[in-house]
Amino acid sequence: MSVVVKVENLSKQFRLGMLNRRTFFAGLRERFGAKKTDSSAPATDDFWALRDVSFEVNEGDVLGILGRNGAGKSTLLKILSQITAPTSGRVFLKGRVASLLEVGTGFHPDLTGRDNVFLNGAILGMTRREIAAKFDEIAEFSGVERFLDTPVKRYSSGMKVRLAFAVAAHLEPEILIIDEVLAVGDVAFQQKCIGKIGDVARNGRTVLFVSHNAAAVESLCTRGIVLEGGKVSFEGTQSQAITAYSTSYGAAAQSLADRPDRTGNGDARITSIELRDEEGRTLHHALSGKTLDLWFHYERHSERSYPNLNMRINVTTQLGAPVFTQSNHLTGHSFSTLPERGAFVCRIPRLPLPESTYRVDYALNSDYKHFDSLDRLLNALELHVERGDYFKTGQVAGIKTGVCLVDAQWRLELIP
Amino acid sequence: MPDSPSAPPITWTKIIVPARNAFDISWRELWAYRDLIRLLAKRDISAGYMQTVLGPFWFILQPILTTAVFSFLFGRMAKMGTENIPHFLFYMSGLMAWGYFAECVNKTSMTFLRNAPIFSKVYFPRLAVPFSIILTNLLGFLIQLGIFLVALAFYMWKGAPVHPNWRIVLLPALLIQMAMLGIGTGCIVASLTTRYRDLSLGVGFGVQLWMYASSIVFPISRIAPDDRWIFYLNPMVPVVESFRFAFLGTGLVEPIHLIVSFGVSLCIMLLGLSMFHRTEQTAMDAV
Repeated sequence: MSVVVKVENLSKQFRLGMLNRRTFFAGLRERFGAKKTDSSAPATDDFWALRDVSFEVNEGDVLGILGRNGAGKSTLLKILSQITAPTSGRVFLKGRVASLLEVGTGFHPDLTGRDNVFLNGAILGMTRREIAAKFDEIAEFSGVERFLDTPVKRYSSGMKVRLAFAVAAHLEPEILIIDEVLAVGDVAFQQKCIGKIGDVARNGRTVLFVSHNAAAVESLCTRGIVLEGGKVSFEGTQSQAITAYSTSYGAAAQSLADRPDRTGNGDARITSIELRDEEGRTLHHALSGKTLDLWFHYERHSERSYPNLNMRINVTTQLGAPVFTQSNHLTGHSFSTLPERGAFVCRIPRLPLPESTYRVDYALNSDYKHFDSLDRLLNALELHVERGDYFKTGQVAGIKTGVCLVDAQWRLELIP
Repeated sequence: MPDSPSAPPITWTKIIVPARNAFDISWRELWAYRDLIRLLAKRDISAGYMQTVLGPFWFILQPILTTAVFSFLFGRMAKMGTENIPHFLFYMSGLMAWGYFAECVNKTSMTFLRNAPIFSKVYFPRLAVPFSIILTNLLGFLIQLGIFLVALAFYMWKGAPVHPNWRIVLLPALLIQMAMLGIGTGCIVASLTTRYRDLSLGVGFGVQLWMYASSIVFPISRIAPDDRWIFYLNPMVPVVESFRFAFLGTGLVEPIHLIVSFGVSLCIMLLGLSMFHRTEQTAMDAV
């Protein structure tokens, strides 16, 4: 295995703040040696998008780069694809680099499909001869052969994307960089992109895949790194990286101590809600298809006993449409005694929710019939669910196609 | 870098380093992208005229109309002398030379602003854009030259006192110098516009003013001899004068003026290219 991408102490600093007359003259004064005055832009305007990032990628690796918005993923990508230069550090690359984030850039609406194929190919770094040699293949792959002499502005957006993708797909780079966030187009096209990553990977080429789609990372990647605040916070196999990504961030229990909008008699109160995974690690967000434990930490303030205690949650979409309800009464678990401190833990195996944000209401009732409430809070938790590999196929169903995920088996029956 | 001694030496094909200064432009890489330069030029030419009613006819119409207006305004109304040269030939010769230079400056200066959507998504040597602009404008110039030659032949047939001479062979050198000066000036402005947008608004205006300071609408012989040196500091003046001298046989220019203006053009080009190269590496952070 040889190293094809080597990133060494890479850092990137951005100057924030507006450029205006003041900074112009401040810049001039600075340049001509005058003392830096207090009125010049403060140092806090400097922002490090990447700090001392180092990692290596071997030939044939499919590296998933995970991270939240602002973690430095896009900056890393822009440096790797040479759109902007780093502030310090170096990157060594071996082989032709191409990035799928550029699908269709440089398409000119007035030019014909044919002209645009050549232009786009040249922008991506192909020579005229290379494009000419592959032209028939590209045309066939795109499926818009009949319209190659029509100006691209008369194309539907789908046709444009298909043609652009056909060019990119025939670039045959040794190192492919893909930014899922920037991969425009409809779901079908995104699937095609993801399919292309699989193809490229199977051919033994190297792929850097920037994503926060844990499902895609899990099924496609072989390795993963997690960026956090511009630094590499984790490096390892893809599933380790996904775990690290989910547990890393702000993974504290959400305290409810200050919520004034709760109701109930106050005999016991939920103090915080915590998300945990199967192994008990605190999570920042849940993953579709993974076991989720919801920990409702409580404190008891009364000596009264409630033999039929019922802890109930309602999960709704952000617009308030009910998704499901759950309670210990429904599952047949009864809690007869309540220790002074503890937690109601609701385990949801293989979380069947698509990527979205949900609202969780809870009610701790003395009884499942008489709604004599000890503690009750609407909108107690914003439950972030990120895309996970629910179906174990790498395929993802979005919230728009349904608020829950249902597993099934398909078969084809012959009826004679 | 201290690689472990047993590791086989790796031949990297590309090393990305922090923003560098000045002159380490990779000409080899630019050469590898020569097809792109050509295709960009082709795009600008065909896309610019494809959807217009008159099409490529604009290439012809524009210089003729401008020349006609100039002949009327400066020749007829203002009665600026043209050294007995027919007005049409005099103004057109100046305008076509100037037009080539001015277009190079104007278009190049917009490189970063106009191409930001592409530049922010894909890497290629950014200098491909200015070089494609030179090519595009060259075509426009050659078409105008064709018209000019027809007009020249017509006036000579009518017996006008114009004398094309052997100095026409200098034309390629003059074109190269104008391209150098144009790309240099354009690159300087382009580099500055990424930080100071005001310049993109001022550049068209500035180029226009520069034209009136060049011997486009008047022959340099109309300037008092003692004041001429100021005009010769303008690197475009010797070029335009040589241009006229080659085709029309009148013009005031000495080899020393040409050498100085070539030197100035070279310096401006080097300054422009180095500024451009420095800017291109971080331009997309600002635009």
